[in-house]
Amino acid sequence: MKETTFYHHDVLSMLDFRREDLELLFNYTEEMHKYTNTKLSLLLGKVVSLAFFEPSTRTRLSFEVAAKRLGADVISITGEESLSISKGESLADTIRMLDTYSDLIVIRHRYEGAARYAAEIAEHPVINAGDGKQHHPTQAMIDLYTIKKLFGTIDGLSYGVLGDLRYGRASTSFIYGLTLFKPKKLYLISPESLRVREEVLQVLKERGIVFEEKRSLGEVIGELDVLYVIRIQKERIPDPMEYEKVRGSYKVTLDLLKYAKKELKILHPLPKVDEIDERIDNTPYAAYFIQAKYGVSVRMALLALVLGAEP
Amino acid sequence: MSEEPTLVVSKIRSGTVIDHIPAGKALDIISVLGIAGKEGLRIAILMNVESKKLGKKDIIKIEGRRLSPEDVSAIALIAPTATINIIEDFAVVEKYKVMVPNIVMDVLVCPNPTCISNKKGEAIRTRFRLTSRDPLKLQCEYCGTIISGDEVVRLVIRKR
Ligand SMILES: [Zn+2]
Repeated sequence: MKETTFYHHDVLSMLDFRREDLELLFNYTEEMHKYTNTKLSLLLGKVVSLAFFEPSTRTRLSFEVAAKRLGADVISITGEESLSISKGESLADTIRMLDTYSDLIVIRHRYEGAARYAAEIAEHPVINAGDGKQHHPTQAMIDLYTIKKLFGTIDGLSYGVLGDLRYGRASTSFIYGLTLFKPKKLYLISPESLRVREEVLQVLKERGIVFEEKRSLGEVIGELDVLYVIRIQKERIPDPMEYEKVRGSYKVTLDLLKYAKKELKILHPLPKVDEIDERIDNTPYAAYFIQAKYGVSVRMALLALVLGAEP
Repeated sequence: MSEEPTLVVSKIRSGTVIDHIPAGKALDIISVLGIAGKEGLRIAILMNVESKKLGKKDIIKIEGRRLSPEDVSAIALIAPTATINIIEDFAVVEKYKVMVPNIVMDVLVCPNPTCISNKKGEAIRTRFRLTSRDPLKLQCEYCGTIISGDEVVRLVIRKR
């Protein structure tokens, strides 16, 4: 069982995986669901480092709970500590230190490529929990698992990805993740200045995904099975004027949903700001709270696979 | 090596001749090679001379200098048509066309300011993967940024 793509491998980008890998991960996740209220000893004696150089609560807690449920010890660098480190020490030196203490490093950093760089330095596997605007693979694993649970399949559905596709790493990884499957159609919906990046379009073309760029949700809402929404990534937009121009430029409203299929499910990696009318939260369209609930199980499955523990 | 009779420059004893440079690119190459003129090397730069293949071309002759693989990669990015002639005792002992390698290390700077390869204090070598030869396109292995066309020339690290 240890001979999986995950075993002792880094998790940096969705593009490093195949469909079979995700199917295996989803099977493991099913197993993990049974144990989300118990403490296992699968990773007893293992140490997981959480190196969050960028503020985060949701993802860090989710990884921490996942590691602890599996019986691992957790050490972490967060907020303040990362600040004092960033003053004097290079990222490389910090990674070398964590590598001597732990069996696996989870890293989040505001620089694109930080996780790949950390993986080149560390002997132990590195999991990317977000590098700038580039990748957030574990979020995409959760997103795809959620769709699998809701629809029984990921293939053959029509997808809309709405929002700041230029700076959004969760949306980028979700789009990359979809390329491992056979979506019927993919709509990329964003304001002009927040269009998806060239390298993402390149991957879609190379992999033969049927996709179209749109400027407004209203044009396509009636076709969609899944709508994936992300907030504007204010902290990554270099020019405050640019942010002001796009602020509030898209929103999912109850009015728009009148034209939607009744099976439509809306996903969002959270936290959300104002891009989804909060009255939608209590409708059957909202799948983002279910999605958030799956986070721990998917990460438990991933940690177990990477460290070679069988449920 | 195709010496042009119209402009007389004495032959070099040993060193490197970079020929078939697209007209106007010689100074870019000099800059990329870090030649400031104070090194005491005998150098000839011929610009806009006639060429059968290119119409007009530039030529650089450098006495007493061999090129590193990084130098050759950098020249290939700026002047894809260039040929390198290694001269010993006034004779061409080796001649080859430059070629952009599939992985370009340490030659280009990433234009993305939040790419890890631009983070200060890290001993990190820039690394680009060639994704298309014609038109020329490369992709940063760290942040995924794609660069192409004239932008590539601007991003070659200048040693001077
Ligand atoms: Zn880069």
